[in-house]
Amino acid sequence: MYSLIYLSITPYFLHMDFYKKITYYEKKMGKKLSIFGNIKASHENHENWEPLWKNATPKKTYDFIIIGGGGHGLATAYYLSRIHKSSNIAVIEKGWLGGGGTGRNTSIIRSNYLWDESAHLYDFSLKLYETLSQDLNFNTMVSQRGVLNLAHNLSDVRGAKRRLYANQLNGIDSEWLDTEGVKKYCPIINTSPDARYPVLGSTLQRRGGVARHDAVAWGYARAASDAGVDIIQHCEVTDIHVSNNKVVGVETTQGRINAKRVGIAVAGYASNVAKMAGFELPIATHPLQAYVSEPVKPILDCVVMSGAVHVYLSQTDKGELVMGAGVDKYIGYGQRGSFNVIEEQLSACMQLFPLFSRMRVMRTWAGMVDTCPDASPIVGKTPVDGLYINCGWGTGGFKSTPGSGWVFAHTMFNDAPHDLNKAFSLERFYSGALIDEHGAAAVAH
Amino acid sequence: MLIIKCPYCGDREETEFSYGGENKKRPADPYSLSDKEWAEYLFFKKNTVGWHNELWNHSHGCRRWFSIERHTVTNEIKQSTPSQLSMEENI
Ligand SMILES: Cc1cc2nc3c(=O)[nH]c(=O)nc-3n(C[C@H](O)[C@H](O)[C@H](O)COP(=O)(O)OP(=O)(O)OC[C@H]3O[C@@H](n4cnc5c(N)ncnc54)[C@H](O)[C@@H]3O)c2cc1C
Ligand SMILES: [Zn+2]
Repeated sequence: MYSLIYLSITPYFLHMDFYKKITYYEKKMGKKLSIFGNIKASHENHENWEPLWKNATPKKTYDFIIIGGGGHGLATAYYLSRIHKSSNIAVIEKGWLGGGGTGRNTSIIRSNYLWDESAHLYDFSLKLYETLSQDLNFNTMVSQRGVLNLAHNLSDVRGAKRRLYANQLNGIDSEWLDTEGVKKYCPIINTSPDARYPVLGSTLQRRGGVARHDAVAWGYARAASDAGVDIIQHCEVTDIHVSNNKVVGVETTQGRINAKRVGIAVAGYASNVAKMAGFELPIATHPLQAYVSEPVKPILDCVVMSGAVHVYLSQTDKGELVMGAGVDKYIGYGQRGSFNVIEEQLSACMQLFPLFSRMRVMRTWAGMVDTCPDASPIVGKTPVDGLYINCGWGTGGFKSTPGSGWVFAHTMFNDAPHDLNKAFSLERFYSGALIDEHGAAAVAH
Repeated sequence: MLIIKCPYCGDREETEFSYGGENKKRPADPYSLSDKEWAEYLFFKKNTVGWHNELWNHSHGCRRWFSIERHTVTNEIKQSTPSQLSMEENI
Protein backbone atom coordinates (compact mmCIF):
# COMPACT_ATOMS: atom_id res chain seq x y z
CA MET A 1 0.00 0.00 0.00
CA TYR A 2 2.83 2.39 0.91
CA SER A 3 4.49 1.83 -2.44
CA LEU A 4 1.21 2.80 -4.13
CA ILE A 5 1.09 6.09 -2.24
CA TYR A 6 4.74 6.61 -3.00
CA LEU A 7 4.19 6.01 -6.74
CA SER A 8 1.30 8.44 -6.88
CA ILE A 9 3.12 11.16 -4.96
CA THR A 10 6.60 10.96 -6.40
CA PRO A 11 5.87 12.29 -9.89
CA TYR A 12 4.28 15.33 -8.34
CA PHE A 13 7.36 15.95 -6.18
CA LEU A 14 9.51 15.87 -9.25
CA HIS A 15 7.26 18.25 -11.10
CA MET A 16 8.82 21.66 -11.68
CA ASP A 17 5.67 23.64 -10.82
CA PHE A 18 5.51 22.05 -7.43
CA TYR A 19 9.15 22.85 -6.90
CA LYS A 20 8.53 26.51 -7.73
CA LYS A 21 5.60 26.64 -5.36
CA ILE A 22 7.77 25.25 -2.58
CA THR A 23 10.48 27.81 -3.30
CA TYR A 24 7.82 30.48 -3.12
CA TYR A 25 6.53 29.29 0.27
CA GLU A 26 10.03 28.98 1.55
CA LYS A 27 10.86 32.57 0.56
CA LYS A 28 7.67 33.77 2.19
CA MET A 29 8.59 32.03 5.43
CA GLY A 30 12.05 33.61 5.52
CA LYS A 31 14.78 31.50 7.09
CA LYS A 32 12.28 29.49 9.05
CA LEU A 33 12.58 25.73 8.92
CA SER A 34 9.39 24.22 7.56
CA ILE A 35 8.07 21.21 5.75
CA PHE A 36 8.31 23.18 2.50
CA GLY A 37 11.97 23.92 3.05
CA ASN A 38 12.63 20.28 3.89
CA ILE A 39 10.93 19.03 0.75
CA LYS A 40 12.84 21.53 -1.35
CA ALA A 41 16.10 20.55 0.29
CA SER A 42 15.52 16.88 -0.39
CA HIS A 43 14.69 17.75 -3.98
CA GLU A 44 18.12 19.39 -4.20
CA ASN A 45 19.80 16.30 -2.74
CA HIS A 46 20.41 18.23 0.49
CA GLU A 47 23.24 20.13 -1.14
CA ASN A 48 22.09 23.67 -0.40
CA TRP A 49 21.47 23.75 3.33
CA GLU A 50 22.81 26.92 4.90
CA PRO A 51 25.04 26.59 7.98
CA LEU A 52 22.95 26.85 11.16
CA TRP A 53 25.02 29.74 12.49
CA LYS A 54 27.70 32.09 11.19
CA ASN A 55 31.22 31.76 12.52
CA ALA A 56 32.13 35.32 13.47
CA THR A 57 35.55 36.90 13.78
CA PRO A 58 35.80 38.91 16.99
CA LYS A 59 35.09 42.65 16.97
CA LYS A 60 37.11 45.04 19.14
CA THR A 61 34.35 45.75 21.65
CA TYR A 62 31.12 44.18 22.77
CA ASP A 63 28.42 45.18 25.25
CA PHE A 64 28.13 41.61 26.46
CA ILE A 65 30.60 38.75 26.25
CA ILE A 66 29.63 35.27 27.35
CA ILE A 67 32.53 32.90 27.97
CA GLY A 68 31.55 29.31 27.12
CA GLY A 69 29.51 28.08 24.17
CA GLY A 70 27.61 25.31 25.93
CA GLY A 71 23.84 25.33 26.21
CA HIS A 72 23.86 27.79 29.13
CA GLY A 73 26.07 30.35 27.39
CA LEU A 74 24.16 30.13 24.10
CA ALA A 75 20.77 30.37 25.81
CA THR A 76 21.99 33.43 27.74
CA ALA A 77 23.04 35.16 24.51
CA TYR A 78 19.74 34.27 22.87
CA TYR A 79 17.61 35.66 25.72
CA LEU A 80 19.79 38.78 26.01
CA SER A 81 18.92 39.56 22.43
CA ARG A 82 15.33 38.29 22.38
CA ILE A 83 13.98 39.32 25.79
CA HIS A 84 16.23 42.28 26.56
CA LYS A 85 16.60 43.51 22.98
CA SER A 86 20.35 43.88 23.40
CA SER A 87 22.68 43.74 20.47
CA ASN A 88 26.45 43.63 20.28
CA ILE A 89 26.81 40.29 22.06
CA ALA A 90 29.49 37.63 21.61
CA VAL A 91 29.76 34.02 22.76
CA ILE A 92 33.36 32.86 23.01
CA GLU A 93 34.02 29.12 22.96
CA LYS A 94 37.44 27.52 23.23
CA GLY A 95 36.46 24.32 21.42
CA TRP A 96 33.33 23.67 19.42
CA LEU A 97 29.77 24.56 20.43
CA GLY A 98 28.26 22.04 22.79
CA GLY A 99 31.49 20.06 23.14
CA GLY A 100 31.39 20.26 26.96
CA GLY A 101 28.75 18.83 29.25
CA THR A 102 26.08 19.91 26.81
CA GLY A 103 27.12 17.27 24.28
CA ARG A 104 28.00 14.60 26.85
CA ASN A 105 25.00 14.32 29.12
CA THR A 106 22.26 11.70 29.35
CA SER A 107 19.69 14.40 28.47
CA ILE A 108 17.19 13.82 31.27
CA ILE A 109 14.87 16.73 32.03
CA ARG A 110 12.57 17.00 35.08
CA SER A 111 11.78 19.47 37.86
CA ASN A 112 11.03 17.42 40.99
CA TYR A 113 13.47 19.23 43.32
CA LEU A 114 12.85 19.58 47.05
CA TRP A 115 13.20 23.23 48.07
CA ASP A 116 10.99 26.06 46.80
CA GLU A 117 13.91 27.96 45.26
CA SER A 118 15.05 24.99 43.19
CA ALA A 119 11.57 23.74 42.38
CA HIS A 120 10.60 27.15 40.96
CA LEU A 121 13.76 27.51 38.90
CA TYR A 122 13.81 23.97 37.49
CA ASP A 123 10.09 24.00 36.75
CA PHE A 124 10.39 27.32 34.96
CA SER A 125 13.07 25.67 32.87
CA LEU A 126 10.95 22.61 32.15
CA LYS A 127 8.12 24.90 31.03
CA LEU A 128 10.47 26.65 28.62
CA TYR A 129 11.47 23.20 27.30
CA GLU A 130 7.82 22.40 26.63
CA THR A 131 7.64 25.11 23.95
CA LEU A 132 11.33 25.28 23.01
CA SER A 133 11.07 23.71 19.55
CA GLN A 134 8.40 26.25 18.56
CA ASP A 135 10.27 29.17 20.14
CA LEU A 136 13.53 28.33 18.40
CA ASN A 137 11.91 26.98 15.21
CA PHE A 138 14.23 24.00 15.63
CA ASN A 139 13.33 20.47 16.65
CA THR A 140 14.86 19.92 20.09
CA MET A 141 13.13 16.51 20.29
CA VAL A 142 11.67 17.13 23.73
CA SER A 143 9.95 13.91 24.76
CA GLN A 144 7.94 14.01 27.99
CA ARG A 145 7.94 10.27 28.46
CA GLY A 146 7.88 10.28 32.27
CA VAL A 147 10.66 9.93 34.84
CA LEU A 148 10.64 7.32 37.62
CA ASN A 149 12.78 7.84 40.74
CA LEU A 150 12.88 4.44 42.44
CA ALA A 151 12.94 3.81 46.19
CA HIS A 152 14.66 0.64 47.44
CA ASN A 153 14.52 1.00 51.21
CA LEU A 154 12.55 2.75 53.90
CA SER A 155 14.76 5.81 53.97
CA ASP A 156 14.43 6.15 50.17
CA VAL A 157 10.65 5.94 50.50
CA ARG A 158 10.53 8.63 53.17
CA GLY A 159 12.89 10.93 51.26
CA ALA A 160 10.98 10.43 48.02
CA LYS A 161 7.58 11.06 49.61
CA ARG A 162 8.81 14.17 51.36
CA ARG A 163 9.98 15.48 48.01
CA LEU A 164 6.74 14.41 46.33
CA TYR A 165 4.59 16.35 48.81
CA ALA A 166 6.85 19.39 48.52
CA ASN A 167 6.51 19.18 44.73
CA GLN A 168 2.73 18.96 44.93
CA LEU A 169 2.64 22.06 47.17
CA ASN A 170 4.70 23.83 44.51
CA GLY A 171 2.27 22.78 41.78
CA ILE A 172 4.74 20.37 40.19
CA ASP A 173 3.21 17.17 38.89
CA SER A 174 4.40 14.23 40.92
CA GLU A 175 2.79 10.90 41.74
CA TRP A 176 3.57 7.99 44.00
CA LEU A 177 3.56 4.49 42.49
CA ASP A 178 3.67 1.45 44.75
CA THR A 179 5.53 -1.69 43.68
CA GLU A 180 2.64 -2.90 41.56
CA GLY A 181 2.25 0.54 40.03
CA VAL A 182 5.91 0.52 39.04
CA LYS A 183 5.54 -2.94 37.48
CA LYS A 184 2.56 -1.73 35.49
CA TYR A 185 4.26 1.48 34.36
CA CYS A 186 7.58 -0.14 33.43
CA PRO A 187 7.16 -3.92 33.26
CA ILE A 188 10.82 -4.76 32.59
CA ILE A 189 12.01 -3.60 36.04
CA ASN A 190 12.73 -6.49 38.38
CA THR A 191 10.27 -5.84 41.23
CA SER A 192 10.43 -9.27 42.85
CA PRO A 193 10.64 -9.00 46.66
CA ASP A 194 13.85 -11.00 46.85
CA ALA A 195 15.68 -8.85 44.29
CA ARG A 196 19.04 -7.42 45.31
CA TYR A 197 17.43 -3.95 45.18
CA PRO A 198 13.74 -4.46 45.95
CA VAL A 199 11.50 -1.75 44.51
CA LEU A 200 9.33 -0.42 47.34
CA GLY A 201 7.83 2.29 45.17
CA SER A 202 8.70 5.22 43.00
CA THR A 203 7.87 8.81 42.31
CA LEU A 204 6.71 9.56 38.78
CA GLN A 205 6.91 12.92 37.07
CA ARG A 206 5.00 12.51 33.83
CA ARG A 207 6.16 15.87 32.47
CA GLY A 208 9.78 14.76 32.82
CA GLY A 209 11.61 13.03 30.02
CA VAL A 210 14.48 13.67 27.64
CA ALA A 211 15.48 16.20 24.97
CA ARG A 212 18.11 16.06 22.27
CA HIS A 213 21.21 17.68 23.82
CA ASP A 214 22.99 18.70 20.59
CA ALA A 215 19.80 20.12 19.15
CA VAL A 216 19.36 22.33 22.21
CA ALA A 217 22.83 23.84 21.68
CA TRP A 218 22.40 24.12 17.91
CA GLY A 219 18.87 25.53 18.17
CA TYR A 220 19.99 28.29 20.55
CA ALA A 221 23.10 28.97 18.45
CA ARG A 222 21.08 29.28 15.27
CA ALA A 223 18.47 31.56 16.83
CA ALA A 224 21.14 33.70 18.52
CA SER A 225 23.18 33.98 15.34
CA ASP A 226 20.06 35.00 13.40
CA ALA A 227 19.49 37.73 15.99
CA GLY A 228 22.99 39.08 15.37
CA VAL A 229 24.97 37.42 18.19
CA ASP A 230 28.61 36.77 17.22
CA ILE A 231 29.49 33.14 17.80
CA ILE A 232 33.24 32.73 18.03
CA GLN A 233 34.54 29.16 18.18
CA HIS A 234 38.07 27.84 18.75
CA CYS A 235 38.92 30.93 20.77
CA GLU A 236 40.02 30.42 24.36
CA VAL A 237 39.71 33.10 27.03
CA THR A 238 43.11 33.19 28.75
CA ASP A 239 42.70 36.20 31.02
CA ILE A 240 40.07 38.63 32.28
CA HIS A 241 40.97 42.32 32.33
CA VAL A 242 39.79 44.18 35.40
CA SER A 243 40.36 47.85 36.15
CA ASN A 244 39.24 49.50 39.44
CA ASN A 245 37.43 46.29 40.28
CA LYS A 246 35.39 46.56 37.08
CA VAL A 247 35.63 44.17 34.17
CA VAL A 248 36.84 45.82 30.96
CA GLY A 249 37.51 42.90 28.63
CA VAL A 250 39.07 39.53 28.04
CA GLU A 251 42.32 38.26 26.60
CA THR A 252 41.86 35.42 24.11
CA THR A 253 43.87 33.26 21.75
CA GLN A 254 42.55 35.60 19.03
CA GLY A 255 43.64 38.76 20.84
CA ARG A 256 42.11 41.18 23.29
CA ILE A 257 38.37 41.82 23.19
CA ASN A 258 36.82 44.64 25.23
CA ALA A 259 33.47 44.31 26.92
CA LYS A 260 31.20 46.24 29.27
CA ARG A 261 29.82 43.09 30.87
CA VAL A 262 31.16 39.54 30.92
CA GLY A 263 29.34 36.36 31.90
CA ILE A 264 31.14 33.14 32.77
CA ALA A 265 29.30 29.96 31.71
CA VAL A 266 32.11 27.41 31.46
CA ALA A 267 30.77 24.68 33.81
CA GLY A 268 33.71 22.41 34.78
CA TYR A 269 36.25 25.15 34.10
CA ALA A 270 34.50 27.72 36.32
CA SER A 271 37.25 27.84 38.98
CA ASN A 272 39.89 28.17 36.31
CA VAL A 273 38.20 31.18 34.67
CA ALA A 274 37.23 32.79 38.01
CA LYS A 275 40.89 32.65 38.99
CA MET A 276 41.66 34.89 35.99
CA ALA A 277 39.55 37.57 37.68
CA GLY A 278 41.13 36.88 41.08
CA PHE A 279 38.54 34.95 43.09
CA GLU A 280 37.87 31.35 44.12
CA LEU A 281 34.66 29.34 43.97
CA PRO A 282 33.23 26.58 46.18
CA ILE A 283 33.34 24.23 43.19
CA ALA A 284 34.92 20.81 42.76
CA THR A 285 35.17 19.51 39.19
CA HIS A 286 34.68 15.74 38.93
CA PRO A 287 34.65 13.35 36.01
CA LEU A 288 31.17 11.98 35.29
CA GLN A 289 30.79 9.00 32.99
CA ALA A 290 28.07 7.73 30.71
CA TYR A 291 27.73 5.02 28.09
CA VAL A 292 25.45 3.61 25.41
CA SER A 293 24.58 0.04 24.54
CA GLU A 294 24.19 -1.43 21.10
CA PRO A 295 20.86 -0.38 19.54
CA VAL A 296 17.87 -2.66 20.06
CA LYS A 297 14.15 -2.53 19.30
CA PRO A 298 11.98 -0.32 21.54
CA ILE A 299 11.96 -1.84 25.04
CA LEU A 300 12.02 1.09 27.50
CA ASP A 301 9.57 3.95 26.97
CA CYS A 302 10.29 6.04 30.07
CA VAL A 303 13.27 7.29 32.06
CA VAL A 304 14.27 5.22 35.09
CA MET A 305 16.48 6.64 37.82
CA SER A 306 17.63 5.15 41.07
CA GLY A 307 19.56 7.43 43.39
CA ALA A 308 20.48 4.65 45.80
CA VAL A 309 22.37 2.56 43.24
CA HIS A 310 23.39 5.32 40.80
CA VAL A 311 21.43 3.98 37.86
CA TYR A 312 19.69 6.25 35.37
CA LEU A 313 18.78 5.21 31.88
CA SER A 314 16.54 5.72 28.90
CA GLN A 315 16.37 4.49 25.33
CA THR A 316 17.21 6.77 22.42
CA ASP A 317 15.25 7.01 19.20
CA LYS A 318 18.07 5.04 17.56
CA GLY A 319 17.46 2.22 20.04
CA GLU A 320 20.55 2.50 22.22
CA LEU A 321 20.19 2.44 25.99
CA VAL A 322 21.84 5.55 27.41
CA MET A 323 23.12 5.02 30.93
CA GLY A 324 24.96 7.23 33.35
CA ALA A 325 27.01 6.58 36.47
CA GLY A 326 27.81 8.43 39.67
CA VAL A 327 30.71 10.89 39.78
CA ASP A 328 34.29 9.69 40.16
CA LYS A 329 35.43 10.67 43.65
CA TYR A 330 38.53 12.70 42.76
CA ILE A 331 38.63 16.03 40.96
CA GLY A 332 39.65 15.66 37.33
CA TYR A 333 39.81 17.56 34.07
CA GLY A 334 40.94 14.70 31.81
CA GLN A 335 37.39 13.97 30.55
CA ARG A 336 37.97 10.39 31.57
CA GLY A 337 37.00 8.42 34.65
CA SER A 338 37.85 5.13 36.34
CA PHE A 339 36.48 1.84 35.08
CA ASN A 340 35.37 0.60 38.50
CA VAL A 341 32.68 3.29 38.50
CA ILE A 342 31.19 1.92 35.29
CA GLU A 343 31.42 -1.61 36.62
CA GLU A 344 29.52 -0.73 39.81
CA GLN A 345 26.79 1.06 37.93
CA LEU A 346 26.34 -1.72 35.39
CA SER A 347 26.16 -4.42 38.03
CA ALA A 348 23.37 -2.50 39.81
CA CYS A 349 21.65 -1.96 36.47
CA MET A 350 21.72 -5.71 35.76
CA GLN A 351 19.98 -6.35 39.08
CA LEU A 352 17.19 -3.95 38.16
CA PHE A 353 16.95 -5.02 34.52
CA PRO A 354 18.05 -8.68 34.28
CA LEU A 355 16.91 -8.80 30.65
CA PHE A 356 19.73 -6.44 29.61
CA SER A 357 22.41 -8.80 30.90
CA ARG A 358 23.56 -9.96 27.47
CA MET A 359 23.67 -6.55 25.82
CA ARG A 360 26.97 -4.96 24.98
CA VAL A 361 28.26 -1.53 25.88
CA MET A 362 29.27 0.25 22.69
CA ARG A 363 30.86 3.49 23.87
CA THR A 364 31.77 5.10 27.16
CA TRP A 365 32.83 8.69 27.76
CA ALA A 366 33.16 11.28 30.51
CA GLY A 367 32.47 14.95 31.02
CA MET A 368 33.54 17.35 33.77
CA VAL A 369 30.90 18.35 36.27
CA ASP A 370 31.14 21.43 38.46
CA THR A 371 29.72 20.23 41.78
CA CYS A 372 28.76 22.59 44.61
CA PRO A 373 28.74 21.68 48.33
CA ASP A 374 24.92 21.97 48.47
CA ALA A 375 24.28 20.42 45.02
CA SER A 376 22.71 23.70 43.84
CA PRO A 377 24.01 26.11 41.21
CA ILE A 378 25.59 29.55 41.56
CA VAL A 379 24.01 32.14 39.26
CA GLY A 380 24.65 35.78 39.98
CA LYS A 381 27.12 38.57 40.55
CA THR A 382 30.78 38.15 41.48
CA PRO A 383 33.18 40.26 43.58
CA VAL A 384 34.13 42.04 40.30
CA ASP A 385 31.69 44.64 38.88
CA GLY A 386 30.26 43.74 35.50
CA LEU A 387 31.39 40.14 35.82
CA TYR A 388 28.75 37.45 36.37
CA ILE A 389 28.99 33.75 37.08
CA ASN A 390 26.81 30.81 36.10
CA CYS A 391 28.15 27.47 37.37
CA GLY A 392 27.74 24.70 39.88
CA TRP A 393 24.99 22.87 37.98
CA GLY A 394 27.08 19.79 38.49
CA THR A 395 25.55 16.55 37.36
CA GLY A 396 22.18 18.07 36.48
CA GLY A 397 22.40 21.22 34.39
CA PHE A 398 21.07 20.05 31.06
CA LYS A 399 17.49 20.18 32.33
CA SER A 400 18.03 23.75 33.47
CA THR A 401 19.57 25.09 30.26
CA PRO A 402 16.65 27.30 29.12
CA GLY A 403 15.81 28.59 32.61
CA SER A 404 19.43 29.23 33.46
CA GLY A 405 19.96 31.19 30.24
CA TRP A 406 16.82 33.20 30.94
CA VAL A 407 17.74 34.26 34.48
CA PHE A 408 21.42 34.77 33.67
CA ALA A 409 20.52 37.09 30.78
CA HIS A 410 18.27 38.99 33.19
CA THR A 411 21.07 39.21 35.77
CA MET A 412 23.62 40.44 33.22
CA PHE A 413 21.26 42.94 31.65
CA ASN A 414 19.94 44.45 34.91
CA ASP A 415 23.08 44.01 37.00
CA ALA A 416 20.71 42.37 39.48
CA PRO A 417 19.36 38.83 39.79
CA HIS A 418 15.95 37.66 38.59
CA ASP A 419 13.57 36.55 41.38
CA LEU A 420 14.22 32.95 40.39
CA ASN A 421 18.00 33.06 40.91
CA LYS A 422 18.23 35.49 43.86
CA ALA A 423 18.80 32.66 46.33
CA PHE A 424 21.53 31.07 44.19
CA SER A 425 24.14 33.74 44.93
CA LEU A 426 27.78 33.18 45.77
CA GLU A 427 27.10 34.94 49.12
CA ARG A 428 25.04 32.03 50.38
CA PHE A 429 28.27 30.23 51.24
CA TYR A 430 29.17 33.06 53.62
CA SER A 431 25.70 33.52 55.10
CA GLY A 432 25.01 29.81 55.40
CA ALA A 433 21.72 29.96 53.46
CA LEU A 434 22.55 26.80 51.51
CA ILE A 435 19.97 25.06 49.33
CA ASP A 436 20.57 21.39 49.99
CA GLU A 437 19.43 19.39 46.98
CA HIS A 438 21.52 16.28 47.56
CA GLY A 439 18.32 14.23 47.74
CA ALA A 440 17.05 15.40 44.36
CA ALA A 441 20.46 15.63 42.72
CA ALA A 442 22.69 13.08 44.46
CA VAL A 443 22.48 10.70 41.55
CA ALA A 444 24.00 12.15 38.46
CA HIS A 445 21.41 13.01 35.84
CA MET B 1 41.36 2.86 37.80
CA LEU B 2 44.09 4.82 39.54
CA ILE B 3 46.95 3.03 41.25
CA ILE B 4 47.75 5.05 44.36
CA LYS B 5 50.78 4.71 46.56
CA CYS B 6 50.00 4.59 50.26
CA PRO B 7 53.16 5.69 52.08
CA TYR B 8 52.63 2.83 54.55
CA CYS B 9 51.38 -0.02 52.31
CA GLY B 10 52.68 0.79 48.83
CA ASP B 11 50.81 0.71 45.51
CA ARG B 12 47.13 -0.20 45.83
CA GLU B 13 44.01 0.12 43.67
CA GLU B 14 41.90 3.26 43.90
CA THR B 15 38.88 1.35 45.26
CA GLU B 16 40.74 0.79 48.57
CA PHE B 17 40.88 4.54 49.19
CA SER B 18 38.56 7.39 49.98
CA TYR B 19 39.18 10.90 48.80
CA GLY B 20 39.80 13.82 51.12
CA GLY B 21 40.03 16.65 48.58
CA GLU B 22 42.45 19.54 48.55
CA ASN B 23 45.13 19.42 51.25
CA LYS B 24 44.24 22.60 53.12
CA LYS B 25 45.85 23.97 56.22
CA ARG B 26 43.47 23.80 59.14
CA PRO B 27 42.87 27.13 60.89
CA ALA B 28 44.77 27.15 64.18
CA ASP B 29 41.92 28.83 66.02
CA PRO B 30 38.57 28.37 64.23
CA TYR B 31 36.74 30.54 66.76
CA SER B 32 38.74 33.60 65.79
CA LEU B 33 37.68 33.40 62.12
CA SER B 34 35.09 35.69 60.56
CA ASP B 35 32.14 34.07 58.72
CA LYS B 36 33.91 34.87 55.46
CA GLU B 37 37.16 33.24 56.51
CA TRP B 38 35.37 30.20 57.86
CA ALA B 39 33.38 29.82 54.60
CA GLU B 40 36.59 30.10 52.66
CA TYR B 41 38.16 27.31 54.67
CA LEU B 42 35.06 25.13 54.58
CA PHE B 43 33.70 25.54 51.07
CA PHE B 44 36.04 27.39 48.71
CA LYS B 45 38.62 25.45 46.72
CA LYS B 46 41.46 25.91 44.31
CA ASN B 47 40.03 23.15 42.11
CA THR B 48 43.29 23.27 40.20
CA VAL B 49 43.79 22.31 36.57
CA GLY B 50 47.24 20.67 36.78
CA TRP B 51 49.32 19.54 39.78
CA HIS B 52 47.14 19.25 42.85
CA ASN B 53 48.11 18.50 46.44
CA GLU B 54 45.33 16.36 47.88
CA LEU B 55 44.43 14.07 50.76
CA TRP B 56 43.53 10.39 50.53
CA ASN B 57 42.63 7.90 53.21
CA HIS B 58 43.54 4.22 52.87
CA SER B 59 40.10 3.33 54.22
CA HIS B 60 40.14 -0.35 53.23
CA GLY B 61 43.76 -0.78 54.28
CA CYS B 62 45.78 0.81 57.06
CA ARG B 63 43.11 3.55 57.45
CA ARG B 64 45.70 6.32 57.60
CA TRP B 65 45.65 9.73 55.90
CA PHE B 66 48.34 10.87 53.51
CA SER B 67 48.74 13.42 50.74
CA ILE B 68 49.77 13.03 47.11
CA GLU B 69 50.65 15.34 44.23
CA ARG B 70 48.37 14.35 41.36
CA HIS B 71 47.99 15.98 37.95
CA THR B 72 44.27 16.57 37.53
CA VAL B 73 44.40 16.31 33.73
CA THR B 74 46.72 13.32 33.21
CA ASN B 75 46.22 11.62 36.63
CA GLU B 76 49.99 11.20 36.96
CA ILE B 77 50.97 10.86 40.63
CA LYS B 78 54.28 12.32 41.83
CA GLN B 79 54.80 11.72 45.50
CA SER B 80 53.04 10.44 48.51
CA THR B 81 53.62 11.79 52.01
CA PRO B 82 52.16 10.83 55.39
CA SER B 83 49.72 13.57 56.33
CA GLN B 84 50.38 15.92 59.22
CA LEU B 85 46.71 15.45 59.96
CA SER B 86 47.08 11.78 60.82
CA MET B 87 50.26 12.23 62.76
CA GLU B 88 49.08 15.12 64.90
CA GLU B 89 45.50 14.19 65.53
CA ASN B 90 45.71 10.47 65.05
CA ILE B 91 42.52 10.35 62.97
C1 LIG C 1 27.95 12.14 31.65
C2 LIG C 1 27.06 13.27 32.02
C3 LIG C 1 25.69 13.06 32.15
C4 LIG C 1 24.85 14.11 32.48
N1 LIG C 1 23.50 13.88 32.50
C5 LIG C 1 22.65 14.91 32.72
C6 LIG C 1 21.23 14.69 32.62
O1 LIG C 1 20.75 13.59 32.31
N2 LIG C 1 20.40 15.74 32.88
C7 LIG C 1 20.89 16.97 33.22
O2 LIG C 1 20.09 17.87 33.47
N3 LIG C 1 22.23 17.22 33.26
C8 LIG C 1 23.12 16.21 33.02
N4 LIG C 1 24.48 16.44 33.05
C9 LIG C 1 24.97 17.78 33.41
C10 LIG C 1 24.95 18.71 32.22
O3 LIG C 1 25.58 18.10 31.13
C11 LIG C 1 25.67 20.03 32.52
O4 LIG C 1 25.24 20.56 33.75
C12 LIG C 1 25.36 21.07 31.45
O5 LIG C 1 25.49 20.52 30.17
C13 LIG C 1 26.28 22.27 31.58
O6 LIG C 1 26.08 23.12 30.48
P1 LIG C 1 26.96 24.42 30.31
O7 LIG C 1 26.51 25.10 29.10
O8 LIG C 1 26.97 25.15 31.60
O9 LIG C 1 28.45 23.83 30.18
P2 LIG C 1 29.24 23.12 28.96
O10 LIG C 1 28.31 22.47 28.01
O11 LIG C 1 30.28 22.25 29.61
O12 LIG C 1 29.88 24.33 28.23
C14 LIG C 1 30.96 25.07 28.77
C15 LIG C 1 31.83 25.48 27.62
O13 LIG C 1 32.81 26.40 28.06
C16 LIG C 1 33.96 26.23 27.28
N5 LIG C 1 35.12 26.83 27.95
C17 LIG C 1 35.74 26.43 29.08
N6 LIG C 1 36.77 27.23 29.38
C18 LIG C 1 36.80 28.19 28.41
C19 LIG C 1 37.65 29.32 28.17
N7 LIG C 1 38.68 29.62 28.98
N8 LIG C 1 37.40 30.09 27.08
C20 LIG C 1 36.37 29.80 26.25
N9 LIG C 1 35.54 28.75 26.43
C21 LIG C 1 35.75 27.95 27.50
C22 LIG C 1 34.06 24.71 27.16
O14 LIG C 1 34.85 24.34 26.05
C23 LIG C 1 32.60 24.31 27.01
O15 LIG C 1 32.18 24.13 25.69
C24 LIG C 1 25.37 15.40 32.73
C25 LIG C 1 26.74 15.63 32.61
C26 LIG C 1 27.59 14.59 32.24
C27 LIG C 1 29.06 14.85 32.09
ZN1 LIG D 1 47.88 2.02 53.73
